[in-house]
Amino acid sequence: MVDYQIKESPEIYDAIVVGSGAGGGMAGYILAQAGLNVLMLEAGPFFDPAKDALQLRWPWESPRRGAGTTRPFGDFDAAYGGWQLEGEPYTTANGTEFEWFRARMLGGRTNHWGRISLRMGPDDFKPTDGITDEWPITYEEVKPFYDRVDRMIGIYGTVEGIRNEPDGIFMKPPKPRLGELYIARGAKKAGVPVIPGRGAVLTESSPEIKGRGTCFYCGQCGRSCKVYGDFSSSSCLVMPAMKTGNLKVIDNAMVREVLTNDEGLATGVSYVDTKSLQEYAVRGKTVILGASACESARIMLNSKSSAHPGGLANSTGLVGRYLHDSTGSSAWGFLPQLLDRKRYNEDGVGSVHIYSPWWEDNKKLTFPRGYHIEYGSGLNMPGYGFLNWVPDAVGMVAGNGGEKRDSGGYGALLKQDYRRFYGASIGMAGRGTALARKDNYCEIDPTRVDKYGIPVLRFHYKWANEEVEQAKHMQETFKAVMHEMDAIVLSPEYGADTKYGLEAPGVIIHEGGTTRMGNDPKQSVLNKWGQAHDCKNLYVVDAGPFVQQGDKNLTWTILAMSMRTAEYILEEKKKLND
Amino acid sequence: MNRRESLKALGLLAAGAGVLATACNGESAKEARIASETSDKLPGVEDWEHERTQKLLEETFFTEHEMATITVLADIIIPKDDISGSASEAGVPDFIEFIVKDLPSNKIPMRGGLKWMDVQCQKRYGQAFIKCTEEQQIQLIDDIAYPDKAKPEMRQGVAFFSLMRNLTSSGFYTTEMGVKDIGYVGNRPGVWNGVPEDVLKAHGFDPENFFG
Repeated sequence: MVDYQIKESPEIYDAIVVGSGAGGGMAGYILAQAGLNVLMLEAGPFFDPAKDALQLRWPWESPRRGAGTTRPFGDFDAAYGGWQLEGEPYTTANGTEFEWFRARMLGGRTNHWGRISLRMGPDDFKPTDGITDEWPITYEEVKPFYDRVDRMIGIYGTVEGIRNEPDGIFMKPPKPRLGELYIARGAKKAGVPVIPGRGAVLTESSPEIKGRGTCFYCGQCGRSCKVYGDFSSSSCLVMPAMKTGNLKVIDNAMVREVLTNDEGLATGVSYVDTKSLQEYAVRGKTVILGASACESARIMLNSKSSAHPGGLANSTGLVGRYLHDSTGSSAWGFLPQLLDRKRYNEDGVGSVHIYSPWWEDNKKLTFPRGYHIEYGSGLNMPGYGFLNWVPDAVGMVAGNGGEKRDSGGYGALLKQDYRRFYGASIGMAGRGTALARKDNYCEIDPTRVDKYGIPVLRFHYKWANEEVEQAKHMQETFKAVMHEMDAIVLSPEYGADTKYGLEAPGVIIHEGGTTRMGNDPKQSVLNKWGQAHDCKNLYVVDAGPFVQQGDKNLTWTILAMSMRTAEYILEEKKKLND
Repeated sequence: MNRRESLKALGLLAAGAGVLATACNGESAKEARIASETSDKLPGVEDWEHERTQKLLEETFFTEHEMATITVLADIIIPKDDISGSASEAGVPDFIEFIVKDLPSNKIPMRGGLKWMDVQCQKRYGQAFIKCTEEQQIQLIDDIAYPDKAKPEMRQGVAFFSLMRNLTSSGFYTTEMGVKDIGYVGNRPGVWNGVPEDVLKAHGFDPENFFG
């Protein structure tokens, strides 16, 4: 006889949070601090950066020397996962493309993210372009939450007074590296403003931030930080919430669906233990999804009942719709001025030291909204493939004696060339607003399930003219900046055939929009508090509620919005008790 | 927590800077390589990743003859000089054995490329590459080491040599010997106050200004 039994827990939690990344972590933290009895389910294993970070490891400690064979961002990167997970497939409809990055671990993708922390501005919440959709809330409504996130988590930057790039409460920013000084000078000559970066790294100690160390400048935020000097949801939210005694985490718990009663209200969730494959059901008064935009949509679409025949809170059919990532296109090369450069420790911080906020007037352009540019350079730690460009570059500049050199080579002279070119490379990447379109979406693939038997997502996503035009503008800008700083470009000259180097949707890992919020229950899945129109005790706190992203990396907005939603939940509960 | 406490938490303050200093000049790269191949799983490495690595380490891909050829080639690409040792002294051939198993798309280009070298040498000099004189070996290398100058009929050799060169530089500069050679001095706790003043001045930037 097949033994199939669902273990049901008798305990009724005040809230069940699905997912432990930025959104789930913040919601769990706020509710646990307020004294609610909270259960958090995480699909991956427990992860504590203090113990599990591969920070300060040397390249030779990896047999593949840091190559990205099992982890797309390299062997030392702190994401358990990638664009493909063993046994957890997804599909794409013919003629469309989407790359879905998932990190299965406590803290999710916040353990490895770039810590680039930008606020969306007034024009991002209420666009003036006449094309992109507006949010049901304004910047002024979110600003107090951004302020609190700044103080609670810590962020460096500078007050600049740029209208749609709102300032925060900043710690001192790291100074530019040498290559970045050249970039800033070249960019300014090309008419592109450059300002100090904004990142979730503790460059100073703060009386408001306890139990975390300040940055010691190893430049390895991507590996997660053993002293909690940067923001990871695991170290900064979930573990402090556990210390209150009010938050319980169950790891390796892959949620199948949200359970509902006859009235269509959420009563709990069912999940499978990914290690033992035992099935469980847990009960809660409120269910909060923070599983990531697409995973939360998947859970909702898989939660069908007589009250919710098209999936939970999906009477509009909009769950999964309006999926959008950021646009991305990049360029790189080297600076002849940096050849044979003096050696010193240039690790700096692991987030950006400088960047360019969007600067153009769209009236003169063929696309709405815009992008920012992130820059990088440095005397970086050696890793797999890091000098592969040198043999080609050798032939592009004269030798030390002014002689003509041929590309390629070997032997003593090549060895000198590696030393000569090391640290001379520079790079830049645009990250821009992709339009949230109804026709770009994920849905349940009618024929496929993952290894747990959970129906998988099928993606439908196509770039349109606006995104391609934006990438074209990026490449033109990069070319001008490179020219003005006398750099030699090594990246391909992207044309229309490659959409100007526009990365496939999903590659930038900024996906959102799948459970958009709005005031009209016929046009949106959630209300302006992140609460489902069709199911009053269901909330979504990842990037699913985003109506339309700006060019700003979305983590800081997820944190502010999740804090706002969690406090709304507390107020609603208070009303019920009064 | 301030920076001093950060370092304490890392266990670095009590031990002092000595730990970091020896981490860079300590035992030979070869010992470090062996240590990394037989060491226990590092904390934070997933079980499946460790098992996969162990399995690859147990497999053998290259034949003895191929490994001998790789060793000669690697040392032609990165020979010993006044600053550091040769590719083989840094354990590059063993790294290449591992990495083609780890990234199997390299298997055919490497095996086929090595064979291409031997066939060329057989035609020109009547024997396999490693049996040729150094002069003969260098004659062939000169035909495939410079992509822009190489003859069209040498292009397969050029592609192979570029791959071999990249794997060699990856394998060499990621060892203790290579890291020291290239002059990377980071990966240790410190304070970043920007580019040193003498460097700023040498490059024409103003030390007082954030953006120079």
